[in-house]
Amino acid sequence: MGIIEAILLTVITAATPLVLASLGELVSERAGVLNLGVEGMMVMGAVLAFAVTQATGSPYIGVLAGIACGALFSLLFGFLTLTLVANQVATGLALTILGLGISGQIGEPYVGMSGIKLQPIAIPLLSDIPFFGPLFFKQDIIFYLSIALVFGVNWFLFRSRAGLKVRAIGDSHASAHALGIHVIRTRYLAVMFGGACAGLAGAQLSLVYTPQWVENMSAGRGWIALALVVFASWRPWRLLAGGYLFGAVSISQLHAQALGIGIPSQFLSALPYIATVVVLILISHNRRMTLINTPASLGKPFVPDR
Amino acid sequence: MSAVGASGGSPLLAVRSLTKLFGSFAACNAIDLDIQPGEIHALLGENGAGKSTLVKMLFGVLAPTSGQILWKGEPVRIPSPGAARRLGIGMVFQHFSLFEALTVAENIALSLSPGISLSKVAEEASRLSHLYGLPLDPKAHVADLSVGERQRIEIVRALLQNPELIILDEPTSVLTPQEADRLFETLAKLKAEGRSVLYISHRLEEVQRICDRATVLRHGKVTGACDPRQETPASLARMMVGSDVASVTAAGTNTKGDVLLEARHLGVPARTPFAVALKNVCLKVRGGEVLAIAGVAGNGQGELFDALSGEYPVPEAAAVSIRGKAAGNLGITARRLMGAGFVPEERHGHAAVPALPLSDNLVLARNQSDRKTFLAGGVLGVIRHAVVRIASKRISETMDVRKSGENPAAGSLSGGNLQKYIVGRELDRQPAVLIVNQPTWGVDAGAASRIRQALVDLAKAGSAVLVISQDLDEIFEVATEIAVISEGRLSDAYPAHELTREKIGLLMGGMYGKTEGEVAHAH
Repeated sequence: MGIIEAILLTVITAATPLVLASLGELVSERAGVLNLGVEGMMVMGAVLAFAVTQATGSPYIGVLAGIACGALFSLLFGFLTLTLVANQVATGLALTILGLGISGQIGEPYVGMSGIKLQPIAIPLLSDIPFFGPLFFKQDIIFYLSIALVFGVNWFLFRSRAGLKVRAIGDSHASAHALGIHVIRTRYLAVMFGGACAGLAGAQLSLVYTPQWVENMSAGRGWIALALVVFASWRPWRLLAGGYLFGAVSISQLHAQALGIGIPSQFLSALPYIATVVVLILISHNRRMTLINTPASLGKPFVPDR
Repeated sequence: MSAVGASGGSPLLAVRSLTKLFGSFAACNAIDLDIQPGEIHALLGENGAGKSTLVKMLFGVLAPTSGQILWKGEPVRIPSPGAARRLGIGMVFQHFSLFEALTVAENIALSLSPGISLSKVAEEASRLSHLYGLPLDPKAHVADLSVGERQRIEIVRALLQNPELIILDEPTSVLTPQEADRLFETLAKLKAEGRSVLYISHRLEEVQRICDRATVLRHGKVTGACDPRQETPASLARMMVGSDVASVTAAGTNTKGDVLLEARHLGVPARTPFAVALKNVCLKVRGGEVLAIAGVAGNGQGELFDALSGEYPVPEAAAVSIRGKAAGNLGITARRLMGAGFVPEERHGHAAVPALPLSDNLVLARNQSDRKTFLAGGVLGVIRHAVVRIASKRISETMDVRKSGENPAAGSLSGGNLQKYIVGRELDRQPAVLIVNQPTWGVDAGAASRIRQALVDLAKAGSAVLVISQDLDEIFEVATEIAVISEGRLSDAYPAHELTREKIGLLMGGMYGKTEGEVAHAH
């Protein structure tokens, strides 16, 4: 395996959780719900995936546990913001703090324990292609899922009737309600999809990235995922590209250190945010495209007048 | 235009003592209404009379507190808009329920059964839109369309479901007279097909022109059911308002003073993709004049107001002058200090902060222009609440603002009352120049006539008044001079008595260069 191949492999591993978590948030935000609790849902998914894998010995059951945990945790957010109409920003922040706290508690016995790694699945024939084979076709199930989900979400949002409803709700929930679309129900589903994706991203951290449990192991990736959604202007394809860009940047600090390049690591970890700011400035020049893609009802609570 | 269903027969839709309570307040109180097949039925009433509430109940948006809705003689419950559509009721809303970020076809698809593919929706939509004379491009984004085009989407959307009853909420308030004529042709076509139309309006002449029957609401109750063609506008207005609406005495014979407001070759590039660029706008308003600027929504009215008020100053100081002094590059406060007053279009969130009480809203607007009166303590700027309250009370009394309590939150007032307050807030200063955008938009007839009279009186007292409006009735009531804005260009101003609706309509419809010459030539 050449050095470039090895570096690219680490980029893929670093990018996958970003792609997954931000893809879930993208769907949630397309429905008009701003869930700042990505970090919390992610870390909850990570700890539950790890614990269940330890208990059952099967990382696949662990992955399922991570997904379920993220979805359930987001349900709490949904109940507070959609049913009780609490402020989405405050609730999302609380969810992150809560998730970091609870995961630390649950994960305490697992600290320092060696984990079980989710093994790659080689796809016959395709994995034999030189260079690309090992990179893209000899990966774990979560990587395959992340790519499939980007395809799936893009198709869902822009080709399916249900996705059209999600976008409509994100644009104007009052109009959507007037058309008889179930705003709250759809938002619950979107929020839970976001939670499930964040949970899956967390499972990737504790079962693939570094197969062990470390407190706060999401390490700010939830925030990068949030920035990534805006960076991608709520478009799945741009999100995939952005995810890999941010993944490359975040992994580059390690490679830079290994190669003895003297870039301060703080600068490199700030790069995704700087990149987001730069992209925001660039795309805000094209106001029309921004307005057409930005969910206009993002973060606004909806109360049907009945 | 024979009134097929006007006499007898079993009604398509009947409403029996329908009531909707909000708390203890009856928005609709024991309403009875019959709509016959194939008739255009008008629902008349002031704002707050309960028209919207009634219609929302018919369309399943609100649940009635008590009473019955009968569809073809059968009692029905309409729990949701979807249920209403399944019955065969379609609705075109006043404030369009369109999604700006989506395309025309996507907007239409949302209200159809999910089985139909998007391409089929687009096909069917363009077929229907041409059939009824409402051309539409299915692939266009709604954000890029004019208000008239948006309304067409709503109508086509309703028609695609093949409804037997179509409800139209104030459909012509945003259209040019020509566009409105085209809409009336569409309605006639629908009627000829045996469909019924429930037509909500407070434009009496329209109702008299196209409607077979009318039901009049006031304070949530039915105050009359009649054949509008047998009534006079005055008798219909009496049913709506309960008393005769004071007619506005126009400023007609005012003595003209100096030029107090002037724009010279004012050009402003479009700020957003949806904005209109102003091109070489020239206007002059003398003391004693009311210059009304007519035009269809979205032709640069907002941009013109922004530039004249200083909300968005322009680089060339000389482009706008107030009382003879260059003010183009000055902000709104500086222009207020020069003796100008401004009333923007949006009541909530622009002219007033809905959550704050009236007195705070007064201070927010006038804390600089009336600094000495309202603020104490020099640089500290401590608000003199007692003084502000007295001023607020004076404004409310002068403008007859009806409100709950002494100093309620601005948002709790009805649209008409808040608008009276906002206009009164400026008039209270007796500004030398007053610029108002859409002064009576969505305001009931009583409040509208009060506001218009106040504008006319201000001009009589020697001030220059500029009114930007889409309401031609209003323009003819208040204006001494009329200009028309179209695609960011302003026509010359003509004395109001020299213009007719038709000529204004031509100027509005973008036939700028030609008609300007024609109209000028004609006089």
